Amino acid sequence: MSMQTPLGRVRGLGPARSGTSHFWWQRLTAVANIVLTLFLLFSIVFHVGDDYASVTAYLGSPFVGIGLMLFILSVVFHMYLGFKVIIEDYVQHEGWKILFLMGNTFFCIAIGFACLFAVLKLSFGS
Amino acid sequence: MVKYRTSAERPLSPHLQIYRLTMTMMMSIAHRISGAMLYFGTFLLAWWLIAAASNENYFNHVNALFSTHIGRTILLGYTWALIHHMLGGMRHLLWDTGSGFGKKSIEILAYGTFFGSIGLTILIWFVGYWVRG
Repeated sequence: MSMQTPLGRVRGLGPARSGTSHFWWQRLTAVANIVLTLFLLFSIVFHVGDDYASVTAYLGSPFVGIGLMLFILSVVFHMYLGFKVIIEDYVQHEGWKILFLMGNTFFCIAIGFACLFAVLKLSFGS
Repeated sequence: MVKYRTSAERPLSPHLQIYRLTMTMMMSIAHRISGAMLYFGTFLLAWWLIAAASNENYFNHVNALFSTHIGRTILLGYTWALIHHMLGGMRHLLWDTGSGFGKKSIEILAYGTFFGSIGLTILIWFVGYWVRG
């Protein structure tokens, strides 16, 4: 006979009590991604082959910069949530799972900050 | 007190390889694979943005790498993964409202995702080459 509570038994085995939050943010960023990705796609497709000066001028203009930064935030959060699920599904070993989940967080934050820094430099910098 | 059993004495559910391949199943798998491709693809976006923020020489260098045959092939795959994941995601958003689950609907949506993603990818690249002139 176990004295463990049902909650204690499932804790650590998955997203205990945080499933709806994950679901909601996944959907919210998904909707934002549709609009922001279309914006980025149009931006890239209509500037294919442009030279350095016109590309940096375009990326550094206020509306494009704001759009890009919103795109980066939404996409990075969305991919953080999505890849977390992939890791939780396929990595069975507890130690590796924690390492991969940490790696996922680090990768997403690093990519997000690198992109944001580049856009900010294009907007404000020389 | 009830004793809950969580050990492996239960029969295990059969996994992927035992089922006949269906279009809906393959689109589900492709959604996850394209998502993982996009995850690593953001590395390319970060690289390109950093190149643009660095200097003209480095920007031209990165653009030249992206323009090679291998570079273009990777970017073509990136475009397809993006469009496929977007269409697949719209399908999921539709399902979230509770509609689109009919036997016919799921087939139409699955084939629509597949052919739609290929068609739109070709269209985007066609426009890209047309803009480049």
